[in-house]
Amino acid sequence: MKDKLLEIQKKALEQIENAKELNALNDVRVSILGKKGEMTNILKSMKDVSPEDRPKVGQMVNETREIIEAKLQEAKEALEAKELELRLSTETIDVTLPAKKNKIGHRHPNTIALQEVEKIFIGMGYEVVEGPEVELDYYNFEALNIPANHPAKDEQDTFYITKDILLRTQTSPVQVRQMEKGKLPIRMIAPGRVFRSDEVDATHSPSFHQIEGMVIDKDITFADLKGTLAEFAKEMFGEDTKVKFRPHHFPFTEPSAEMDVTCFKCGGKGCRFCKGEGWIEILGCGTVHPKVLKMSGINPEEYSGFAFGMGLERIALLKYEIDDMRLLYENDERFLSQF
Amino acid sequence: MKTSLKWIKSMVPGMENVTPQEYMDAMTLSGSKVEFYDELDGDLEKIVVGQIKEIAPHPDADKLVVCQVDIGSEVVQIVTGAPNAVVGMKTPVVLDGGRVAGGHDGQRVEGGVKIKKGKLRGVDSFGMMCSIEELGSNCDMFPEAPADGLYVFEDDAPVGANAAEVLGLDDAVVEYEITSNRVDCYSVMGIAREAAATFRKEFVPPVVKETGNSEDVNDYISVEVKNYDLCKRYTARVVKNIKIGPSPKWMQERLRAQGIRPINNIVDITNYVMEEYGQPMHAYDYDTIAGKKIVVRNATKGEMFTTLDGQEHELDDSMLMICDGEKPVGIGGIMGGENSMITDDVKTMLFEAACFDGTNIRLSAKKLGMRTEASGIFEKGLDPNNAIEAMNRACQLVEELGCGEVVGGVVDLYPVKNEPITLPFEPEKYNKMLGTNVSVDEMLDYFKRLELEVSADKKSVTIPTFRQDLLSYADLAEEVARFFGYDKIPTTLPSGAATTGKLSYKMEVENIARDVAEYCGFSQAYTYSFESPKVYDKLRLDKDDKQREAVIISNPLGEDFSIMRTISLNGMLTSLATNYNRRNKDVRLYELGNIYLPKALPITELPEERMQFTLGFYGEGDFFTMKGVVEEFLSQVGMTEKVTYDPAAGKNFLHPGRQANIIYKDTVIGYLGQVHPLVMKNYDMKADAYVAVIDMPYIVEMSSFEKKYTGIANFPAATRDLSMVVPKSVLAGDIEAVFEKKGGAYLESYELFDVYEGAQVLTGHKSMAYSLTFRAKDKTIAEEDITSAMERILKALKELNIELRA
Repeated sequence: MKDKLLEIQKKALEQIENAKELNALNDVRVSILGKKGEMTNILKSMKDVSPEDRPKVGQMVNETREIIEAKLQEAKEALEAKELELRLSTETIDVTLPAKKNKIGHRHPNTIALQEVEKIFIGMGYEVVEGPEVELDYYNFEALNIPANHPAKDEQDTFYITKDILLRTQTSPVQVRQMEKGKLPIRMIAPGRVFRSDEVDATHSPSFHQIEGMVIDKDITFADLKGTLAEFAKEMFGEDTKVKFRPHHFPFTEPSAEMDVTCFKCGGKGCRFCKGEGWIEILGCGTVHPKVLKMSGINPEEYSGFAFGMGLERIALLKYEIDDMRLLYENDERFLSQF
Repeated sequence: MKTSLKWIKSMVPGMENVTPQEYMDAMTLSGSKVEFYDELDGDLEKIVVGQIKEIAPHPDADKLVVCQVDIGSEVVQIVTGAPNAVVGMKTPVVLDGGRVAGGHDGQRVEGGVKIKKGKLRGVDSFGMMCSIEELGSNCDMFPEAPADGLYVFEDDAPVGANAAEVLGLDDAVVEYEITSNRVDCYSVMGIAREAAATFRKEFVPPVVKETGNSEDVNDYISVEVKNYDLCKRYTARVVKNIKIGPSPKWMQERLRAQGIRPINNIVDITNYVMEEYGQPMHAYDYDTIAGKKIVVRNATKGEMFTTLDGQEHELDDSMLMICDGEKPVGIGGIMGGENSMITDDVKTMLFEAACFDGTNIRLSAKKLGMRTEASGIFEKGLDPNNAIEAMNRACQLVEELGCGEVVGGVVDLYPVKNEPITLPFEPEKYNKMLGTNVSVDEMLDYFKRLELEVSADKKSVTIPTFRQDLLSYADLAEEVARFFGYDKIPTTLPSGAATTGKLSYKMEVENIARDVAEYCGFSQAYTYSFESPKVYDKLRLDKDDKQREAVIISNPLGEDFSIMRTISLNGMLTSLATNYNRRNKDVRLYELGNIYLPKALPITELPEERMQFTLGFYGEGDFFTMKGVVEEFLSQVGMTEKVTYDPAAGKNFLHPGRQANIIYKDTVIGYLGQVHPLVMKNYDMKADAYVAVIDMPYIVEMSSFEKKYTGIANFPAATRDLSMVVPKSVLAGDIEAVFEKKGGAYLESYELFDVYEGAQVLTGHKSMAYSLTFRAKDKTIAEEDITSAMERILKALKELNIELRA
């Protein structure tokens, strides 16, 4: 019996050794451990073994079986590893082939610039509000201290619908509408479309966008305006950006200023981009005129504020170095896909 | 506004050493923004007054001569081809290594032209004698210069002197951007006053002396103003025994630097005073004034009048005329008449300095299509007090220049005097507004330089009438800020209660629209809000379509921009067409923009502005691609209930069999479809395009971002497949409506997995197969629950003439 077991074991180990494929290995398993396998036959013949020898023989049988099984397992793992290796090697791809992309659309540069501005002011606690594009003359002019005979009201610049209704020429009327709501303090920006009677060319469009900003609170000063806009300029155009405020005139702010920033291309040294000046004009601003506050129902003795306005297209053109404003309204895919 | 820097400096002693660049920087920071300056002698180098001592013929050239020229320090040999070279003549000479501004043709060369000694046809030449053009000017500005040839100096020009200085070209012309509130700065005096305050120097304006002989002007002329609203002041004086001739060199130099051509003494004086005081003046030939009388009145409608430029104009009754005893002689503040203009033979003239209403001048000039130098100034609204000063200054110059005899006295009609206003002096308020700590003494100094008079008790400030812009403490705070320096004001951040920064809900929804569109491959477009009414025809709208009722712009930039859009498709289709014509492939665009719907016509109130989310594409994709984008968007804004589609959308601009209204909770929230081939033809595209338009106000109203977890189903689902033969007229939507209505609580979902039309199916029918999934939340679903639901569904399907497939 023992010899027989040893012989089976020896034969089995040889066959396992010779099996080069998983299928062959499986055949070996079946021929030895299967229903009609040799070990199974041995087990079946156990009934012929005398009862006193049975435990011993049984142990021997089990030992042999375990050895074969262990060997089978080992061989199987080795063959599997080999097969996997082979498969992986055939599956090698050229990782430098082009990627398969979802074609994602592109946001318009106007919107990208606007959202950047919005993000900065939202971070400073400003609410983003809107007002009508077709506006009353009162909000666009009169309530902003632009009296009836002001040259800015001349038909040259303003599109009129009726005597009292026009296409807003600025986003400033949103200031007035916000003040009239009577909720103070106010920190707002108002982006939107505005209209002026300018023929289309590389730097003009009869329809463009502005971003208006306003703060109304107790004790707001011109110094606060300077600080706020200097902060904005740094966020928007880079940490090293410097600002310069020049006196200017707007009917609805007093004192008024224009703000220049150091050229973001040459850093202020002067280049073709900034026409050698080192500075680029970015926005108009000022302390809200007491008359404007009063007209909107706010007591100028108690409250003060500042306001500013900038051209969105101007910022987009400068920031992305777009040389022709018409590109912004043509919507050529080859243009849009660059943003 | 331009000024000569030399002229400014002449009124502000102590500024002699200020360079043009320093001047530009300082003036800009104090509020008179300098756009640029031009140094007249910037390109002139080593040019002196030379005198020709000898002229000899050139041995090898007929057209050249060889001159010996005294340049003060030595005599040099210069070869010239100038036709007017004569012995004894003094002319500008550029020496070896010097520069001139341009060529003889009058074209200025950037950076100038370098001149070196050399040989001309074999003869040494140590420089060049110059024409006025080579010095960067022209015969218009220097009327005495010969049209062709060397510039000739007066006999008293010192030999060897700097020629640019002798010609008055040692000056810089400065161009300013003057803001509309500073009418006073449209004058040399106004700018000089600003310069004096900016550089903290004394301002020394010209001293105007009493003028006139012993006669009385009232014996010469009487004036009647019939409309003081339009003519606030009218002053007149008379000058007789006029001797027309050139004005002196100093006056010509200043006029030239202002860009004004010297003409003759009388014209030059009016121009000079105009520049100096910012007050337009007019001179009439007194002998043409009928009845010794001036009448200022409105024109009569249809009246014709010929201005001194020879143009005839038709007037209306809003325009102001200057008339004599019989006829009009000028359009007030705009242009004088041909019939009364002064000529070289003038003997006696009538000087006018008036103050006309700015708005009226602006409107009249516009109506007449003649915006003149004078009207451009008057329309800003002048200080009437300036008129008399200018008048007397002009007469002073007439006497000084000896070009006539000024008649004594002034006619001055000025019934309502413009008085200076007084404001409280509130230094603390100014500082509070600015966030500064400027001392009172400092403020007093600024104000003094600006001629703002602070009372002895420091309680009030008197504002001179030429500063019409100073009306409140805010205006005075700005004066403090300007001269304290905007750059010196501290930078702080607003204190006070914190506020929450945020986008409006509407904007948040719009951002989701952008995100979804872009993830689906659509790029953002911006198109105009106004368009042509022809768009309606391009889009095949019915003649009585409500969308033809638009807000109309009364003064558009042409018909193409004349109406506010009532439909967003034209912008989209135009943009797609642009891409198509440029051969861009597979273009997908979206736009978020308003349409403008009138509430009533004619317009009496603001129109309704409705944000439209418009999507369009051509190339890869079909109707269902677009439908997928729409549904993705609706699901992203939390509109999770069943969206239905009504093919009877009735859009003429869409394919009749490929269009649908998008319906959510019984509301049409938009539409989508394939663009009608005829519309595509109107936009010159030979492709299929699909569009969707979603009316955003509905989305804002119906969207919801409240989310609640409903658990994950634990019990198994059961599916039933339905294979049907369906009449062609029945839509998938009709079948799905049955599922929705009859499926009961356990019907979890359904999915169409096959549609087939063809040979094996009964004609007029299609085969459709759905898989229905049933599930109960709280138990394993019972067979009878499924059966009863299926029975209800089948019964309802039968009513639609749908049969189960055998």
